[in-house]
Amino acid sequence: MTRHLARLTASAAAAVLLSTGGALAQGGEIVIGVQCDRTGATQTVGVFFCPGNHDYVAVINSKGGVEGRKIRAMEIDHEYKVPQGVESYERHKKEGAVSILLYGTPHTQALAAKLAEDKIPGTSPGFGSAASADGKRYPYLFPVAATYWSQAAAAVKFTKDKLGGNLKGKKVAYLFYDNPAGKEPLPILEDLAKLEGFELRTFAVPAPGVEMGAQVLDITQRYRADFVIAHLFGRSPSVSIKEFKRTGYPLSKVVSFVWGSAEADIEAAGGGAVAEGYNTMQFAGVGSDYPIHNEIRELYKKEGKGPPKEMASTVYYNRGIFHMAVHIEAVRNALKAKGANAKITGADVKEGFEKIKGVTLGGLMPPLEITPEDHEGGGWVQIFTVKGGKLTKNSDWFRAYPEVIKKHIEADGKKS
Amino acid sequence: MFHRESGYFKTTYAADGGLYPLPIAKWTVLCLLTLFVALPVLTTSLLGAGSAEYYVSIVNLILIAVVGALGLNILVGYTGQISIGHAGFMSVGAYTAANLAVKFDLPFWLTLPAGGLMAAAIGIIVGIPSLRIKGLYLAIATLAAQLIIEWIINHTPAISGGSQASIEVARPTVFGYPLKTQRELYYFLLFFAVLAIVGTLNLVRSRIGRAFVAIRDQDIAAEIIGINIFRYKLTAFAISSFYAGVTGVLYTYYLGIANYENFLITTSIDYLAMIIIGGLGSVLGSILGAVFVTLLPIVIRLTMENFGTLLFTTAELNNIIPAMRLGIFGLLIIVFLVLEPEGLNRLWRNIRNYFRVWPFSY
Repeated sequence: MTRHLARLTASAAAAVLLSTGGALAQGGEIVIGVQCDRTGATQTVGVFFCPGNHDYVAVINSKGGVEGRKIRAMEIDHEYKVPQGVESYERHKKEGAVSILLYGTPHTQALAAKLAEDKIPGTSPGFGSAASADGKRYPYLFPVAATYWSQAAAAVKFTKDKLGGNLKGKKVAYLFYDNPAGKEPLPILEDLAKLEGFELRTFAVPAPGVEMGAQVLDITQRYRADFVIAHLFGRSPSVSIKEFKRTGYPLSKVVSFVWGSAEADIEAAGGGAVAEGYNTMQFAGVGSDYPIHNEIRELYKKEGKGPPKEMASTVYYNRGIFHMAVHIEAVRNALKAKGANAKITGADVKEGFEKIKGVTLGGLMPPLEITPEDHEGGGWVQIFTVKGGKLTKNSDWFRAYPEVIKKHIEADGKKS
Repeated sequence: MFHRESGYFKTTYAADGGLYPLPIAKWTVLCLLTLFVALPVLTTSLLGAGSAEYYVSIVNLILIAVVGALGLNILVGYTGQISIGHAGFMSVGAYTAANLAVKFDLPFWLTLPAGGLMAAAIGIIVGIPSLRIKGLYLAIATLAAQLIIEWIINHTPAISGGSQASIEVARPTVFGYPLKTQRELYYFLLFFAVLAIVGTLNLVRSRIGRAFVAIRDQDIAAEIIGINIFRYKLTAFAISSFYAGVTGVLYTYYLGIANYENFLITTSIDYLAMIIIGGLGSVLGSILGAVFVTLLPIVIRLTMENFGTLLFTTAELNNIIPAMRLGIFGLLIIVFLVLEPEGLNRLWRNIRNYFRVWPFSY
């Protein structure tokens, strides 16, 4: 037994030594930290999302890097556990990461204070807290994609368009996962209900969210909603699709927030035939026909391989590309400002983030415009609808009620 | 701890129950304490500030886990009452302290005990079923407590501070100086971890601790020899939840935020894993378990990062490391428990006993 233990400690010690040695061997490389979850509670997202990060970096590096500097995307899987997320953040900091792709709402909140203290920018697309769009209050936190507040506003706008441009007296149901993320959009929806004059009723789905027969029956048979806005996670979006189908409610009258919008959700519900008409909200493009996908395929072909299998799940894969692309652009801006061979810091990259404008990746990215005040970049979304078993584009990039969201961000800032 | 103990004979009960079994143990403890106090300085001078921050951050996570594991071990290991709702008590402590710190601007030396006491109060309520039921039934009752606490925090804006259910808390300040870096926070956490260790050591060798053990081993017999089961079971719940509450407060100050998603059922299970792997009913076991569960995933990843590249490409490795981590973690837990069901504490004692007579075994 002692031998086992000795061997274990020896390998541990060796690992520690080697890892410190590895850190010293960096030349002009720029390190970007990637937090990921391929094994934890949200692994269904992570297994597609994170390969998207790396494939984009591979394309950039194959073209000579950013302003001639190679990028090293260092991934650490934190199993969606906060202590491991903190550890991974410290590890990235030690490796000299100039920016970090965060992953997970609790992790974003746990690290928000640290990011500002250490002056390392972090991004939380589609999760984290909506109030962090305020760049003055959270200088080092960048939601970069539409927050739940913006998603709620966009959902109401979409509902309005679908119901003939007027919501007066209409009945809208909000079906949500009963956790903080699920409840976050409520104040926006309540405000918009007053503004647009529609009736809002909320239906909470308790964890783990795989049982919502009662709620869906309530929405369709008793409340008889004119439109449903769904904000669910994990397995529950597919369950909701099935339940709506079962009660005969038209899925074209359902719009889902960004985490109930992937191919996987539709497949789990029974495929396109079941989900026909289901509306999904997206903060990155859907499909694998954007120019960047061809570049990735080319790269794999050069190595004698087929395209990565993760590419088939385009919603999450593309979000992975989007997430990394924002960082690459920030680093590019920082290098442009400081000189291509300069040593850049997290503070430089933060300023780089705040100059991001007009990067589209051929339509995969929204018309993002991040400023020192607005770290959300506008809060753009797109709606894709299931048609003939495929996610088809329903709307162009749009955003809605920015003044309402601005009001809430300001109010939240005053609260604390 | 590391010493041979021949030639010492204890002739009084007081000596037998002493905190230090041998005079030399005092010196060992003193040396260890010096080492731990000097740790940030040592690592900084050896590895540089950047690396030191990282390694100390791991120690910090371990220190927090130690407090929680000790608390759970008092209840599960010493008193034999199963709780799988311990993360719930942690969140009670966390939100109590956060609310007091934000709304009333109280310093940590007031919010920390307040968080612990509130958790203890809730713990007593949750402990009431333990007077009637045992084992798996009690486990389910505490599971219910976990879910109820989660739900209440989630649905009471007065507690959770709004729909986000997270409250930002300023860093702890000592004499007006805010502790920010990992190395500064280390001393903050070390202080409470040491306090928890000393507290538990003293508790388990006292009358209360012995009553706990008696209840665990045979509660009817314990009652017959005059132990007030009602009082001691609830005391065990109270003390254990107090530790859990303090753990929650430490988390809150360490992260700068109280967030209920840090204290879900998975956290409860993690802590149970710690004390089972470490060894039920032992202080050293709790510490070893906390170290093991926190460190193992990190060590596996570091090893894979450095040796995995010999076999796989980086892209493959990104996929493999997380899966391997889970696999190896699970495997090692099984292996350890098969080799030594009484946990790492027993393993350590076996090693010590082997070397005690080394090289003259038999």
